[in-house]
Amino acid sequence: MDQVLLARMQFAFTAGYHFIFVPITIGIGLIMAIFVTKAYRSKLPEDDALARMWVKIFTGTFAIGVATGITMEFSFGTNWAAYSRFVGDIFGAPLAAEALFAFFLESIFLGMLLFGRNKIKPSLYVASAWLVFAGSALSALWIIIANSWMQTPAGAVLSADGSSAVITDFFAAAFNPSTLPRYAHTVFSLLVMGSFVTIAVAAWYMHKGTYADAAQKMLRIGSIVGVISVALLLVAAHSSAVEVWEEQPTKMAMMEGQYETGTVELAAIGFVDEATQETFALGIPGGTGFLAEGNFDAEYPGLNDLVASEKYADINVDEMPVNFVFQVYHIMVAMFGVICLVLILALIFGRKKLVAEGKGLAKSRFLQWLLVISPLFPFLAIQTGWLTAEVGRQPYVVYPSTTGPDGVFMLTSDGVSASVQSFEVLISLVLFFAVYLLLFVGWARVIRRFVKEGPVEPAKAETRVDAEEVE
Amino acid sequence: MTILSTLWYFLVFLLIAGYFVLDGFDLGAGTLYPFVAKNEREQAIVRRALGPVWDGNEVWLLTAGGALFAAFPDAYATTFSGFYLAIMLVLFALIVRAVSFEFWAADSKWRPVWNVCFFLGSLLPALLFGVAAGNVVAGIPMDMAGNYAGVPLLGLITPFTLLTGVLGLSMFIAAGACWLSLKAPLNSELRTRVQAIRMPAQVVSIVLFVLLTICVLTGFGSVNTPPEHLAALQWILAALFLVGVIASLVIGRKDASSTKGDLWAFLTQSSAALFLVFLGAASLFPVLVNASADSVGAAITIMSAGSSELSLFCMTVILCIGLPLVLVYHVIIYRTFRGRVSEADIG
Repeated sequence: MDQVLLARMQFAFTAGYHFIFVPITIGIGLIMAIFVTKAYRSKLPEDDALARMWVKIFTGTFAIGVATGITMEFSFGTNWAAYSRFVGDIFGAPLAAEALFAFFLESIFLGMLLFGRNKIKPSLYVASAWLVFAGSALSALWIIIANSWMQTPAGAVLSADGSSAVITDFFAAAFNPSTLPRYAHTVFSLLVMGSFVTIAVAAWYMHKGTYADAAQKMLRIGSIVGVISVALLLVAAHSSAVEVWEEQPTKMAMMEGQYETGTVELAAIGFVDEATQETFALGIPGGTGFLAEGNFDAEYPGLNDLVASEKYADINVDEMPVNFVFQVYHIMVAMFGVICLVLILALIFGRKKLVAEGKGLAKSRFLQWLLVISPLFPFLAIQTGWLTAEVGRQPYVVYPSTTGPDGVFMLTSDGVSASVQSFEVLISLVLFFAVYLLLFVGWARVIRRFVKEGPVEPAKAETRVDAEEVE
Repeated sequence: MTILSTLWYFLVFLLIAGYFVLDGFDLGAGTLYPFVAKNEREQAIVRRALGPVWDGNEVWLLTAGGALFAAFPDAYATTFSGFYLAIMLVLFALIVRAVSFEFWAADSKWRPVWNVCFFLGSLLPALLFGVAAGNVVAGIPMDMAGNYAGVPLLGLITPFTLLTGVLGLSMFIAAGACWLSLKAPLNSELRTRVQAIRMPAQVVSIVLFVLLTICVLTGFGSVNTPPEHLAALQWILAALFLVGVIASLVIGRKDASSTKGDLWAFLTQSSAALFLVFLGAASLFPVLVNASADSVGAAITIMSAGSSELSLFCMTVILCIGLPLVLVYHVIIYRTFRGRVSEADIG
């Protein structure tokens, strides 16, 4: 098989996998910090038990995020050596900064959090929880800086010999046109993920009829974080879409299946026939243009006109994965709708009074199950959103955005390592499948145990689970 | 070759040295794990000795990798892609090792699985980092664009690189033994077992180091020509290395029963690890990756691989802000968890 394809598959798989656990980690990082703070303030043993449980769930997930994150930093050099040479002047700094500013912070204070309970002051323990969360949110900023530079390069010029991009302005490169919209978009979706995991655990206990008080607390915190994040997410997602509209025309055109120049529909559902270059969709004509520019008649260039321009001359329209990008983008949008709906249901039927009376969420098994599986919706939205961003910039690895500097772009196929052979990537890819499967099974076992143990004081937990295992 | 690029040459080595010292005892302890920890209680002690610090230690690797990428992209690209399968092995090892800490503690049924992951995850990097370093010194075949042109994986294994690999491994093991001796309960069998390994590992390190020095001086297995104007520095660093290991060995033997002895044995052993990396830097300078005799492409040096001045300047600012913070975090965590692991810690 072709090395470029294998390398892309490996990157997609490892990054996609990493991006399952990172959203959970960062999302529940906030939840964990909230519960730890709550326990510190109330001094109630049941709050403390809840905080402990979330520290455990956080740690078990954090471990996988860390482990699979090493892959990402190495993969630029291992599989994308030509890319690394081209962008090293700009791309390396955020990675080093991420390690220095974020990874040390989160890993060291996680050590305090995990082992320091009896050794440090309670206030420092609370601070550690917040520092771990801050570290993880900060790491997201640096990696989004790096990734956004690939979508909308800035603050750089092509070197004299054309072999690499050279930095001219650090802040322009770091805060390129897509950095802040994409950072906000990402972080708020991760918080939605965290809130849904919290709600799911709460619903599970309601389903089991155990830990009623803890479940109610989790449901409340989860819903509050969820509502706030969803509201902010809407704003962030909008600014992100406007940025794509302005800066990344071929991605925008693929997202709505726009082959010919004209107004852009806001589709809800549809299908792109790449062979005939036709898009069948249900939606509001001109709606995307209205959202981007406030005008239903806003014209947007289609793919055929874009590839006729000098800037996108490297693109072969027939090879563009238009339908794929169209579908993943619309799945993401649809999932946002589902997320809002689930959240509303949780708010209405999870009211304290209703549940206390044994009605609503306390009674409806359908609702309980819906909430238990609900993390799947943000999970799908996050994965498809990421696919939209990354597949949407193809065939480029460094995308020639509208305001990007001349010549600072690179085709994905030009970015791979010349010294690596296909069989080597095949070996590593198979091993990744195997190792990551082991990780997943290990993680699932551990999280199941933590949830089963529940928010109880440690001494009781031991006997409880041991008794269950004997059964 | 500018001031900044020269500075970053040594800064990258400094970060590597930080990794070698800190994750050194970590990986070393993991390698010793199945041989010194005979029951779950002792396993818990070893894990608890590493638990609060291993993750921070590993971040030094990511920092060094990121710094190499940022400061010398060509060197990063050539080594990481050239050593592909070896890097993948290290990667898989570090991955399963990272999760084994948490999963071991939480999943008693699968402990055997996570024990194996922890051991192999420690052993493989401890061995392969030295092999990689050996290749950088010995020289690898490259094409005109600086891509590795040799046989994948097997081409990286020569008598010289095996020597550096085993030297690295013995240093890791010695450091791990020093750390565990410092952290294990004072009158425990675990500590006695660890101490029995410490000295042999140090003797092996000294012997291999002398052999390796002879190889480099006679040009056996390596193309590296140490810069003559730094000759004095190299001899000093070599001497400091030997003094460090021997001091650790002597202290460890004379003062085997006290915590103070353990602490000094650990510190002197760590200083030796530091000097070894600095010696590597001094004898390679200004080369980052040597080209073997049959190589078409030239060696990768500070001049050919350095990033732009502005990029290096930004990196310098980032490091000046970041490194003091990192050091403060380390002081906090190592102070908080100073002292031996107690029963209460693992209960």
